[in-house]
Amino acid sequence: MKRGISILAVVTALLLSLALYEALIGAPTERTMGDVQRIFYYHVPSAWTAFLLFLINFIASIVYLIRRNPKTDILALVSAEVGVVFCTVVIVTGPIWARPVWGIWWAAGDIRLTTTLVLWLIYISYLVLRRFSTSGQTPVIAAVLAIFGALDVPLVYFSIWFFRTQHPSPVIGGGGSLDPRMAHVLLINWAAFLCLAWLVSWTRYRLEVVKREVEEAQALESLLEGSR
Amino acid sequence: MNSMHYLYAAYIATWAIHGTYLVILARKYKKVRREMESLRK
Repeated sequence: MKRGISILAVVTALLLSLALYEALIGAPTERTMGDVQRIFYYHVPSAWTAFLLFLINFIASIVYLIRRNPKTDILALVSAEVGVVFCTVVIVTGPIWARPVWGIWWAAGDIRLTTTLVLWLIYISYLVLRRFSTSGQTPVIAAVLAIFGALDVPLVYFSIWFFRTQHPSPVIGGGGSLDPRMAHVLLINWAAFLCLAWLVSWTRYRLEVVKREVEEAQALESLLEGSR
Repeated sequence: MNSMHYLYAAYIATWAIHGTYLVILARKYKKVRREMESLRK
């Protein structure tokens, strides 16, 4: 297991370095926006990675409600937590890219931006619930919230197909054309972010398993002390 | 501000977010380790 994590860490570091080089130097400069368009190589793969993690959270939550297996509950927690980190990157890099291109930081009322912000807030609420609720029913309530939260993901993705929005069309399947060299750099960056998400999620999963074992041992210890 | 500043700001912000999360994880790991050690005693 430790060897697997070490190998994944090395692969992730190499891929992230290559992805950074390709994004800043290797990719061609976009004609209209210039160099600021390179934010795209971090913004879009982060969004895709967050969507994938929220999908994992959705599936794990359904499986937890059916089987009540603590391991699926941990998987749901971890995927939501790491998903929020990637979604935060999207929420922060979006306005930094919008300012020089649109002339504003945030287009108030824009459907894509608003649904993304709502998605982020739903998963922040999920994490707050998991962090501060002491009820034994917390995993069940969290799983139900996660299922409702995941319904926002297709709304975020398809919003630009059905509504007029400031946000550009999707680069894949949206009718827009992307230079093949840009698509190549985009996929390298996505692969690097997927490896990073996998590495962090794996580490976080193991930490949560050990944390719960320690909490069980502490509860058992205090029970034994109480009975003496 | 020229467009390169926005580009650098976005990349630095991305790594600051990931870095902050890794620091939070490292602190959680230390806490669990301390609790494990106190259980062993």
